[in-house]
Amino acid sequence: MLGPSGSGKTTCLMMLAGFETATHGDIMLDGISINNIPPHKRGIGMVFQNYALFPHMTVAENLAFPLEVRKIGKADREAKVKRALEMVQMGEFGGRRPAQLSGGQQQRVALARALVFEAELVLMDEPLGALDKQLREHMQFEIKRIAENLGITVVYVTHDQTEALTMSDRVAVFNDGRIQQLAPPAELYESPQNSFVAQFIGENNTLEGVVKEISSGVALVQLNDGKLIDCNPVNVTKAGERTRVSIRPERVEFNKERFQPGAHTLSAEVLEFIYMGDMFRTRLRVAGNDNFIVKTRNAPDQVRLEPGSHIDIGWLPSDCRALDA
Amino acid sequence: MSNTNENGAMLTADGQPLKRSLATALRRQKIRALLLISPLLIFVLITFLFPIGSMLFRSVENNIVVEILPETVVALATWDGKSGELPDETIYAAFAGDLQRAAKNKSHTRVGLRLNYEKSGSASLFKKTARQAKKWDLETDAPFKEKLIAAHKGWGEVEIWQTLKTHSSRYTAGYFLNAVDMRKTQNGPEMQPENRQILIKLFQRTLIMSLLITVACILLGYPVAWLLANLPRSQSNLLMILVLLPFWTSLLVRTSAWKVMLQQQGVINDIFVALGMIEESGRLVMINNQFGTIIAMTHILLPFMILPMYSVMQTIQPTYLQAAKSLGATNWTAFWRVYFPQSVPGIGAGSILVFILSIGYYITPEIVGGNKGVFISNRIAYHIFQSMNWGLAAALGAILLAVVLILYWAYDKVVGIDNVKLGG
Repeated sequence: MLGPSGSGKTTCLMMLAGFETATHGDIMLDGISINNIPPHKRGIGMVFQNYALFPHMTVAENLAFPLEVRKIGKADREAKVKRALEMVQMGEFGGRRPAQLSGGQQQRVALARALVFEAELVLMDEPLGALDKQLREHMQFEIKRIAENLGITVVYVTHDQTEALTMSDRVAVFNDGRIQQLAPPAELYESPQNSFVAQFIGENNTLEGVVKEISSGVALVQLNDGKLIDCNPVNVTKAGERTRVSIRPERVEFNKERFQPGAHTLSAEVLEFIYMGDMFRTRLRVAGNDNFIVKTRNAPDQVRLEPGSHIDIGWLPSDCRALDA
Repeated sequence: MSNTNENGAMLTADGQPLKRSLATALRRQKIRALLLISPLLIFVLITFLFPIGSMLFRSVENNIVVEILPETVVALATWDGKSGELPDETIYAAFAGDLQRAAKNKSHTRVGLRLNYEKSGSASLFKKTARQAKKWDLETDAPFKEKLIAAHKGWGEVEIWQTLKTHSSRYTAGYFLNAVDMRKTQNGPEMQPENRQILIKLFQRTLIMSLLITVACILLGYPVAWLLANLPRSQSNLLMILVLLPFWTSLLVRTSAWKVMLQQQGVINDIFVALGMIEESGRLVMINNQFGTIIAMTHILLPFMILPMYSVMQTIQPTYLQAAKSLGATNWTAFWRVYFPQSVPGIGAGSILVFILSIGYYITPEIVGGNKGVFISNRIAYHIFQSMNWGLAAALGAILLAVVLILYWAYDKVVGIDNVKLGG
């Protein structure tokens, strides 16, 4: 679940866990409505944002807690705790208190605790938010690996789109308390269903205009400065509608030789050239938009655009999506 | 590149060894810090440590007899008190001289009063004899043995001389012995007569009732603190005002209010009678006894329990309870296994505060305690204001202080003072 803060991700997660009441509708788990099952009987594992490891218990006691309340025998319990700790590579830390662990280690323990009682569904509420970038990337991989090994479902809340894209099979993009789009990461990025998703996932250039006509799957859009372009109509249906046209920065072409025959081109003025190592990022003024970004790979034959020069830019009509205004 | 001297020690830019110049810099800081706190330090010294020290000193100080009857004390050194015989004429003569001088500067009453703590009747004995002693001529009126016994037959008893000898030392453990219902005699310490043994009982009562009050405060305060920490802000602010309200009214007013509530013709009895729960003739006695003291003091000390508990509970995040429940714990298990252990430091802090406050409480037991509900502090006050036996009062206070320190130490051993939190 991905979305800006205040979009309802955590509330939704809390409803799954049973800490918030659903006012309407059913929450189905394996085909069974769990609306009226109290949290402690749902058997859903949960990893909290601040880990919520019990500070007065050792790591092993923390892990044994869900087994104890399920009245699992001592020997069995110890074996399971040991296995869970080893799974997250924390086997030697059973005797420590949570306060004696680093953030990443606490994160692992919290994960092990949510998994130790063999929950089929594990909820995670921005579990990596407090870690530094490198550790976060490492843990993303780790969580994904463990989930795949155990064959469990993980519902993962984050506001970090990279995290959502790299970890998920399916991403639900939240805004204003609604799911804007539920799709696999590639689809989400390549074909966003509305301008919010396009804007929220990845970098995006937006041009505003009015639909002139739609014929054989191509929309002709007149931009605000009067120029015409061809677009892929996603959620525009008829001529006269206002629309926002979305183009990914890496799909913009300015090498004339690579232009599609017959494609519409726009003239642009180069405002800024930013060297980013692996990429060049060029800011252009296009059709009155000063923040039109073009990203090009740093290849030996790549042209470095000079600020102040005027160029023509173009793209495939299918990469240019006419979305809601 | 780096500066070092021949010993390999690091040097600063001006050639000083780094260690020394760092120490100088830090010393300057320390002196400045000390200067900043010095007003407080002096204030505490003058108003707190010094008075307490001097009070504690009084519990062993015993120079009245030595100072007022110096020659008698010297003479008594040769007398064997255990022989059962009266002292000889030299001692009587020395005493007559001391007594005359004491009577002239009116200090004889102090000796009388001092010995009266040990042997009742001594005060009047000194007062009466001193009146006559003023008229004696020390050169010609000998022998004084007969003269003193004629002045008051008390001087013919061995006991008064034994008491005088026993308590003539400059420092004494006598007050401490008195404080634990013993007394100093010529044969060493022994228990007080049965009818004078009240202080140990009072100490026990003080401790037991303080414990009861502490337990009552925990039971009543815990739910309130929980609500304070977990209600929405606007409601918890209101509740906090209610908790703090007692602090804004005078202690005396609150205690007197309990008197109105609890007395036999008071509000609670009236309600019970009106509801037919008790007979008019069977009105409950709820005041001027231990019950009244416990009720009133629990009420008065409750905020001291709630506030530390609250500040600890505030730091316990609600996610712990959610986590416990998501792991399969019922509400009760989640509370008992996860929330409660984390709130123990608050209970500890509150308990220490309430227990120590109640052990030394004075006003409330004085007003609502009657005879059976008074504490050791009321006895201390009695010895300060009425019997004027400051030595005994100081000894009682010192014992009380020691008890508190021992309990504090025991608590540290068992629970650990590090586990006590007043917040954060």
